[in-house]
Amino acid sequence: MLHFSRWKALAILLTSLIVCLFTVPSLLPHQDFLKLPNFMQRRLVLGLDLQGGSHILLEVDSAAVRKEKLEALRDDVRRVLREARIGYRNLSIQGNSVQLRAGKPEELPEALRRLRELSAPTGGLLAATGQRDIEVSEKDGLIQLMLTDAGIRNRVRQAVDQSIEIVRRRIDELGTVEPLIQRQGDDRILVQVPGLQDPARLKALLGKTAKLTFRMVDLSMTAEQAQQGRPPADSELLYSQDGKQPYLIERRVLVPGEDLVDAQPGFDHRTNEPVVNFRFNTQGGRRFATATSENVGKPFAIVLDNQVISAPVIREPITGGSGQISGQFTVQGANDLAILLRAGALPAPLTIIEERTVGPGLGQDSINAGINAAYLGMALVIVFMIVTYGLFGLFANLAVAVNVGMILGILSFLGATLTLPGIAGIVLTVGIAVDSNVLIYERIREELRGGRTPVMAIDAGFSRALATILDSNITTFIAAAVLFFIGTGAVRGFAVTLGVGILTTLFTAFTLTRLIVALWVRWWRPQTVPV
Amino acid sequence: MDTTTLLIYGLIAAATVVCLLVLFGYLPHLRIVPDDTKFDFMRFRRISFPISAALSILALTLYFTHGLNFGIDFKGGTLLEVQSKAGKIDLAQMRSKLDSLGYGEVQLQEFGSNGEVLIRVSQQPGGEKAQQDVVTRVKETLGADIDYRRVEVVGPRVSQELLGYGTIGIIAAIFCILIYLWFRFEWQFALGAMIANVHDLVLTIGFMSIAQVDFDLTSIAALLTILGYSLNDTVVIYDRIREMLRKYKKLSIEDLLNISINATLSRSIITHVTVSAALFALLVFGGHAIHSFSATMMFGVVLVGTYTSVFIASPILIYLGVGLGRTAHVDTPVEEPAPSIAPGAPTPSPSKR
Repeated sequence: MLHFSRWKALAILLTSLIVCLFTVPSLLPHQDFLKLPNFMQRRLVLGLDLQGGSHILLEVDSAAVRKEKLEALRDDVRRVLREARIGYRNLSIQGNSVQLRAGKPEELPEALRRLRELSAPTGGLLAATGQRDIEVSEKDGLIQLMLTDAGIRNRVRQAVDQSIEIVRRRIDELGTVEPLIQRQGDDRILVQVPGLQDPARLKALLGKTAKLTFRMVDLSMTAEQAQQGRPPADSELLYSQDGKQPYLIERRVLVPGEDLVDAQPGFDHRTNEPVVNFRFNTQGGRRFATATSENVGKPFAIVLDNQVISAPVIREPITGGSGQISGQFTVQGANDLAILLRAGALPAPLTIIEERTVGPGLGQDSINAGINAAYLGMALVIVFMIVTYGLFGLFANLAVAVNVGMILGILSFLGATLTLPGIAGIVLTVGIAVDSNVLIYERIREELRGGRTPVMAIDAGFSRALATILDSNITTFIAAAVLFFIGTGAVRGFAVTLGVGILTTLFTAFTLTRLIVALWVRWWRPQTVPV
Repeated sequence: MDTTTLLIYGLIAAATVVCLLVLFGYLPHLRIVPDDTKFDFMRFRRISFPISAALSILALTLYFTHGLNFGIDFKGGTLLEVQSKAGKIDLAQMRSKLDSLGYGEVQLQEFGSNGEVLIRVSQQPGGEKAQQDVVTRVKETLGADIDYRRVEVVGPRVSQELLGYGTIGIIAAIFCILIYLWFRFEWQFALGAMIANVHDLVLTIGFMSIAQVDFDLTSIAALLTILGYSLNDTVVIYDRIREMLRKYKKLSIEDLLNISINATLSRSIITHVTVSAALFALLVFGGHAIHSFSATMMFGVVLVGTYTSVFIASPILIYLGVGLGRTAHVDTPVEEPAPSIAPGAPTPSPSKR
């Protein structure tokens, strides 16, 4: 156990050194870090609990996705049957399906054939799941088009993918550093924005669907009349942003928000009020020009998420393909609206289901707390080991120091996130890592008392203790692994440092500690072992 | 230089001097446990088993009557850590302000000396959106001279899931470790370690219930770590028992267990000193956020874990029938002479059974 070839010794020392050196990029100031070659740009990331920031978990509203999908299906059914000139009646949405009856019984087979064409395989072309998004069935002349679970799941997945893209665009506009936006599970999006003081604005930006439409105001009756009676079938009652002023707005959309290509905040040159200037693409510009020239003198409405932002009267045809939204905005309000319009509309509303925000003050306090705890823990362990084992205690401390260096090095290399529980994991590892040395030393003492020579006792001590060290560390590693899989955020940080700490502890126990003792034996040729 | 700094430097200097004295041989090494201990640990099982059984029942009773102090991770709701910009806070005034919001029970807990307060608002009816409104309204109510150091909102769905994951995690960890031990040792060892482990967890949960420690995600982390470390301890002793079983074919199982525990006693104590040192540092300096974590670990690893390995995990092997088959191999030559640490008692006489 005590023989090391020169190459092996060199390999052990080099490995320890290089792994420790991985820590260096993490210690550099940010601008120096960026100058490093690409392969060295790996560093420890401070968790949100240490650097401050917001962790927000969003959930796509599956119910809204389902509803939208059902409405689209109903419109498709109507279109298909119209094109095929097949009469129908009682077209309605019932629960999870669209139902209708064919106008004439003899047209039923043809209607079914046409409607079956609406159903498509789920999962795109590549995934041959054999499942379809809609199931078409018929019973006693009642045709039912039911959304399958696979179809809804698929649609939710798509909605999440689109939402991630849009959320990313919105957050990028805030100018924050390195936001993390990723899918979590089937219908969730995790957003982590470091260094954000107050997430109120972020939440406001994420909470809006930003579905913008340009529609005409229905002048067939006043909004007050519609409130009391029933609004016409192809119009709906919408309210202003403060919820006070009702408007009767046609359901038909003149120009959808997708036709916007740009939106910028600005000021109205007459009133000096904050406004949002927008530009349409060619198609949108043409539609807007046609609509405005047909309706000069009538009011139209700019509707955002079913709220009327403003309802100006068209004074003259707007043919330039650009326009202006004014609606008593604050400067930030205009700014945010421009961001939302540029980023595009979410396919479905997002709900915030978890929020964790740490202010920068607490983050810094936590860093200090962690560092102080680490210093105190290490100091106590170092002194105790020297007092108990003397020179061998010093060896153990050396091994533990390298151990901590390697933990930090590996974490840096992995680009892992260091959290406060993560620091606790490192401090704990210091306490635990010396256990391997204690096991070895106590075994050596036993062997010495059994009457062996120093070299033989050391040899036997190592070979017997190492088996135990392996066994005992694997159990803790299993616990750390489980914690890694179930944990989130800060707790996962703890699992990572604990697990990595066990690996480095095993490495140092099996190689470095042995090498140090072996070198000591070779150079000093000791007659006694001072454990 | 103030007194604290002076004290710290003084301590560092003193520690350095002591270390140097030890290193250069002017002071003897510290031996917490003398070399040839011959404690009869096995005899204590007639006391330790009933005690543990009673404590476990007590812990379970506490769990079902007092319950755990679930934090917002598992119960849902809102937690705000605030600090008054003025440096001190009028708790009564803050309480009356917050009570007027009509959110039911609002817990206020002052800590530190700089006007830091933890505000806990229980989960509000009305789904995910209702929880978000709490933060907005609390902020409106408390005004501008408050610094919001931490804001956490956990909705009903997430808290349900976290609780589920936590429970599954602990069960999965116990199961994985059981499988590992079964492969590595015989089934009796795996079972013994498991009984000892569940005992650890039950007592720790009892402690959390009595001390009303905030039970949150870090508590799950603490429980899993306790599981890992207390097993670590058990495995070290089991390793030695297995080795002894191979070495001494005729020794009575009680004596054999006693030798094994005595042989590893020094290591157990020393390791627990170092682990406690690390935990002590976390407890003192780790800050508010991981205080409950450190306290739970201290209880679970240091107090319960050690006791369990020695007084529960090892003696239980007797009842599980470890070493019963050994007399069949009486003829096998004993490979090595008994090391001198073995207590004088075990003269290789025929087994008592």
